[in-house]
Amino acid sequence: MTTPLLEVKDLHVSVDGTEILHGVNLSVAAGEVHAIMGTNGSGKSTLTKVIAGHPDYEITKGDVLYKGKSIIEDEPEDRARAGIFLAFQYPVEVPGVSNMYFLRSALNAQRKSRGEEELSGAQFIELVKEKAKLVDIDQGLLNRSVNEGFSGGEKKRNEIFQLAMLAPTLAILDETDSGLDIDALKTVADGVNSMRATERAFLLVTHYQRLLNYIQPDQVHVLLGGRIVKSGGKDLALQLEEKGYAWLEEEAATA
Amino acid sequence: MTETNETVQALAEQEYKHGWSSEVESDQLPPGLNEDIVRAISAKKNEPQWLTDWRLRAYRHWLTMPEPDWQKPKYPKIDYQNIIYYSAPKKKPTVESLDEVDPELLETFEKLGISLDEQKRLTGVAVDAVFDSVSVKTTFREELSKQGIVFCSFSEAVHDHPELVKKYLGSVVPYTDNYFATLNSAVFSDGSFCYIPPGVRCPMELSTYFRINTAGTGQFERTLLIADEGAYVSYLEGCTAPQRDENQLHAAVVELVALKGAHIKYSTVQNWYPGDKNGKGGVFNFVTKRGTAHENAKVSWTQVETGSAITWKYPSCVLKGDNSVGEFYSVALTRDHQMADTGTKMIHIGKNTKSTIISKGISAGQGDQTYRGLVKILPKAHGARNYSVCDSLLIGGKCGAHTVPYIESANKSAVIEHEASTSKISDDQIFFLRQRGLSEEDAVSMIVNGFCKDVLSELPMEFAVEAQKLLGLKLEGAVG
Repeated sequence: MTTPLLEVKDLHVSVDGTEILHGVNLSVAAGEVHAIMGTNGSGKSTLTKVIAGHPDYEITKGDVLYKGKSIIEDEPEDRARAGIFLAFQYPVEVPGVSNMYFLRSALNAQRKSRGEEELSGAQFIELVKEKAKLVDIDQGLLNRSVNEGFSGGEKKRNEIFQLAMLAPTLAILDETDSGLDIDALKTVADGVNSMRATERAFLLVTHYQRLLNYIQPDQVHVLLGGRIVKSGGKDLALQLEEKGYAWLEEEAATA
Repeated sequence: MTETNETVQALAEQEYKHGWSSEVESDQLPPGLNEDIVRAISAKKNEPQWLTDWRLRAYRHWLTMPEPDWQKPKYPKIDYQNIIYYSAPKKKPTVESLDEVDPELLETFEKLGISLDEQKRLTGVAVDAVFDSVSVKTTFREELSKQGIVFCSFSEAVHDHPELVKKYLGSVVPYTDNYFATLNSAVFSDGSFCYIPPGVRCPMELSTYFRINTAGTGQFERTLLIADEGAYVSYLEGCTAPQRDENQLHAAVVELVALKGAHIKYSTVQNWYPGDKNGKGGVFNFVTKRGTAHENAKVSWTQVETGSAITWKYPSCVLKGDNSVGEFYSVALTRDHQMADTGTKMIHIGKNTKSTIISKGISAGQGDQTYRGLVKILPKAHGARNYSVCDSLLIGGKCGAHTVPYIESANKSAVIEHEASTSKISDDQIFFLRQRGLSEEDAVSMIVNGFCKDVLSELPMEFAVEAQKLLGLKLEGAVG
């Protein structure tokens, strides 16, 4: 059996002394797309931030393995350089820093850490042109300050653009679909689909089944009250759309 | 007492043959300040009587002035009788190559991107014939003098261009101006002088790289820049490299005169020793800088203040002529126990005068800073306009930022706008940038440089890149 790309083992996580995740187990193999669904406050965002290494979250028990190695002691930048990418639910603004400058610095920091040569200005521009087409992002946005004055949809598109530029091995998308109109949703989905590859895995966090119409997941997990209460195929998402989460909550309570 | 006076007398009478640039080892006056000392300084520099008298008037006026204490950063009492007011520049110890220089200093140079030749100059490495600083200096001076530009030490100017010095010295900052400027007027050691003739655009940035006699003149420096009608000059002062100095008090005076239609751009990067982590030591940078803009003239100040234990200065513009323009772009960074009380004064006298103030303050650690600025519109300044932006960025929970704008308008047609903001570097911003692969330090540096962009973009290109790196370096270890 091959080692999964990502393995979350009995993960307990607290923030400011309150436990939010109560023993999450998850295994994602390279080449797969997994969706995590659940109600507000069920711990979905927490899970994505813990995998990416946000310093506010304390792991009290359990482990997160990436390519078979524990990463919970690693700095966020080290995880990023190892190929973990998180598309944020609420992308932050960085006033005065141009998108292009930021991305080139980030990309070159990652390349350098892998012992690859840094991209020259011309090579970088080439790559930008290619990837901008992929996610249909306006070139004008690229020269503006990171997310400053962007609409909600533009911010999300920008996240997917960064994803395309950085080409990670594990891409985690935290509610990238929320707040998007149908055209933007399709663009985002097309971007993700075009990046699917045997060596790359996706973890999609979403409220709605809608996104999964465009991106076919291999597995769907339901996170409720800090635990994964049910896993299944893409049919599970359709079931949730139809029946809501209440029946699962009951099931979880009686289990 | 008599002995001291005799020594002073003897020193004063000693003939000053070779001009300021000749180096006489251990040529200094005893500590303390009195009229004899002021006379002795003047005599040492072989100054004409009018300048000796000017210094004495300043000294006598200084005696009547109380030391100000309205500023926010307080400092221990300075013993003015314990300062040595004249000391000839000592020869810097020369080393053979950069291999003999403190590796930590070299690493800093490396990070700042300072060229090898510049590194050698800063560390006192003996330079080879091709890059001999004297020959470089001479070459540039020749090129400048072809266009009639005078660029020399203040002392040289006193001898070679007395009419210009006499006409403009104290014309912008009179010797009665303020406690520290008045002290400077009495005891100033040396500095730079620059004159650009009418209609001439100075073909290069005049920078400290080619400055004469900077070593050892730092404490009471005096700079006078005159741009004649329609002339343009861009002047750089300071250096991104860390500068140490035994003298705690620095009280410099800079006077700019922009005659009709002239444009002076004055840029400063200040990185004096800030003291140790506990706030011990460090330079007190109490400087008076002011420019007068005549009709259609423009005076622009850009400053990046990152050093000193206390920075206390207000580079100002007197907009005397109609349609004159004043600009002030400032980045001040305080960390550990550094304090800054800085800003500008824009005095609108002429009609349709315009001023712009962009101030960016960054505080980290227990750093504390105050933006203090005055916009004053006089009764005849019809159609005057001012636009001010004062932004503060806080890093961590123990630092402080204060904004104290003074606005006085005596003309109803004036339009004055003031914007101010205070923000913190958010953990989410840092996490976002780290998630994309940047180190924590690079993330902070990127956020800070973004915050300062509007000011840094005013600096001459090369300087801007160095200044950006400097801000990043200064913040190392300031977060987390």
